[in-house]
Amino acid sequence: MNTTKLVSALLASTFLGTAAFAQDVTITIESWRNDDLTIWQDVIIPAFEAENPGIKVVFAPTAPAQYNSALNAKLAAGTAGDLITCRPFDGSLSLYDAGHLAEVGDLENMANFGPVAKSGWSTDDGSATFCVPMASVIHGFIYNKDAFEEVGVDVPTTEGEFFAALDAFKADGNYIPLSMGTADQWEAATMGYANIGPNYWKGEEGRLALIAGTQKLTDPQWVAPYAQLARWGEYMGDGFEAQSYPDSQNLFTLGRAAIYPAGSWELSGFNAQADFEMGAFNAPVQAAGDECYISDHVDIAIGMNASTEHPEEVRTFLNWAGSAEFAGLYANSLPGFFSLSNHSVEMTDPLAQEIVGWRDSCNSSIRPFHQILSRGTPNLANEYWVSSANAIRGSMTPEEAGAHMQDGLASWYEPQQ
Amino acid sequence: MSTNDRPKRRWHILVFLAPAVLVYSALMILPLFGTLRLSLFTAEGQEQVFVGFENFRTLFGDERWSSSFWNALKNNTWFFVVHMLIQNPIGIAIAAMLSSSALRFSSFYRTAIFIPTILSFVIVGFAWKLILSPLWGIAPDMLDAVGLKSLFKPWLGKEEYALTTLALISVWQFVGIPMMLIYASLLSIPDEVLEAGECDGITGMTAFWKLKLPLILPSIGIISILTFVANFNAFDLIYAAQGALAGPNYSTDVLGSFLYRTFFGFQMQLGDPNMGAAIAMMMFLVILIGVCIYLFGIQTRMRRYQF
Repeated sequence: MNTTKLVSALLASTFLGTAAFAQDVTITIESWRNDDLTIWQDVIIPAFEAENPGIKVVFAPTAPAQYNSALNAKLAAGTAGDLITCRPFDGSLSLYDAGHLAEVGDLENMANFGPVAKSGWSTDDGSATFCVPMASVIHGFIYNKDAFEEVGVDVPTTEGEFFAALDAFKADGNYIPLSMGTADQWEAATMGYANIGPNYWKGEEGRLALIAGTQKLTDPQWVAPYAQLARWGEYMGDGFEAQSYPDSQNLFTLGRAAIYPAGSWELSGFNAQADFEMGAFNAPVQAAGDECYISDHVDIAIGMNASTEHPEEVRTFLNWAGSAEFAGLYANSLPGFFSLSNHSVEMTDPLAQEIVGWRDSCNSSIRPFHQILSRGTPNLANEYWVSSANAIRGSMTPEEAGAHMQDGLASWYEPQQ
Repeated sequence: MSTNDRPKRRWHILVFLAPAVLVYSALMILPLFGTLRLSLFTAEGQEQVFVGFENFRTLFGDERWSSSFWNALKNNTWFFVVHMLIQNPIGIAIAAMLSSSALRFSSFYRTAIFIPTILSFVIVGFAWKLILSPLWGIAPDMLDAVGLKSLFKPWLGKEEYALTTLALISVWQFVGIPMMLIYASLLSIPDEVLEAGECDGITGMTAFWKLKLPLILPSIGIISILTFVANFNAFDLIYAAQGALAGPNYSTDVLGSFLYRTFFGFQMQLGDPNMGAAIAMMMFLVILIGVCIYLFGIQTRMRRYQF
């Protein structure tokens, strides 16, 4: 009896306590970015709450490795938060197909996003969009400005100049021309193939043609990047075959290497560790005056739990996430993660500003195999790790690498058969 | 009267066997059949559909799957051969030296050689990656110090050396196991036998080859089969040193890492438990066949000596 009374009393006090704050609606964000907890709590959420009195936002991240499974379990049990941070492509698409994510394409501020930005969180035909894009990462090359001055090399804009610069560093001998290894394989693919490739296959044009089946991976524009990678090997450090990703980062920040094939997520780490001035250039084009293409890969977005109890408040937040204000806050708190909206965002980090400036002069494209083409077995997004690393090491010729990829894709993807 | 002649039901046998049988069945036999069952199904949407031996047909019939499988099996065999040719002879040699009474500090050596065995694979993999690193490792510096820098290669990154390098790292780690087992069986050889040999003029190396080696052959057999089972289940060191893709270019892929990639998926590749189970069954078969060959082909013919 006593226990029952106690429980009822506790329950009553809980309800009463909640009732006192009933005018405030609390919405919860599910996320894997536990690194960003303080930024959300101190910068982003206060800014939103100040403008939208009556809505309280709680950022409740999970560890990245457990996020997908934890989120799936919570969604199935109906205990997930109101806002869902979305992984790009199939991870979120399956949630939408299962009815866990609501469509958000009709939000007013969705007009601020281009088709590439939305591609990560749209159905295959692009008819429905289910997350508001938050940020992307851009590929290019980060270089050691001091080394460039010392050796007297100009920032390359064409492939010819790029290799001339590498040759100059090689002849000089004080710097490793290119800081990359093939031990972990993925850098060869993401910072190599996906970085320089869009200039050859003309970004989205080639990527969509591949999905449609009108281009093949054995076509020259898909093989040529391997041919360039094959030339990289001689400019990498001694024993690059066993050089890992952290090795390459350290070589560069210690000032022992001149050029680092990079993703923009490196910025905060490099800013903290390198004590020389850094600059960045986008992937060099084949001939002077060619139109340039960059890999501007969609990475993170935010969507609405379809079974949320506060759809209006959630939509208010999502709409705000598409605003210029959010874009500015996010991009400045996390240099290297760039807003995907069309707003021009002033960033305080000069290198980040430089990198995002490429969007004005070049065409953006996402990594070639992440949409649709990574659905089968063998998975193209994994296969190109191995082919790219093989091309650099010379254990596959560019043609063999292309043929290997095409065989793998054609084995399960109908438009390519 | 006749009822009394019937042998009594010996319940105690059942009672005493029960704990072991139950635990072993629950933890080993049931999962084994569970794996076999899983390998006969395939996922269609959310449902498991029975497909018979279709997964095995894919594994051996599909050119991509079968070349991955044979590559893993070939690498695994080489991994085993290196252990048999290097780890076990060295283990026996060290044990023979340790058992010699002329050696001082033998317990120190014994402990020192055994210690790597108790280290975690992750530590061993990481430490050797650092030692062999072309950038910060001490291996290139040490070779440089003796003027042999030209011999240095980024071994873990070269297709032709990576697997052998990993096998040798594993030999370094586990040479203590054969050493300990052989050492124990060398110590159990009665002194009378050796003394009788001495009377007949058999001493030194001859005593080892003619007396001790035949007497420890059963132990060597056991070690071989332990090595075989452990090597064909190998995974940890490869994963710790080279990652799940077992690079460069799958040259260090063994059955264990192939199984892992298939079963659990990797990066954007989703896991396929059914194909994974099929590979696991093949691993089980390979090991089963190997053990059977040993048990029925070799062990039954081995001569044992009673002291």
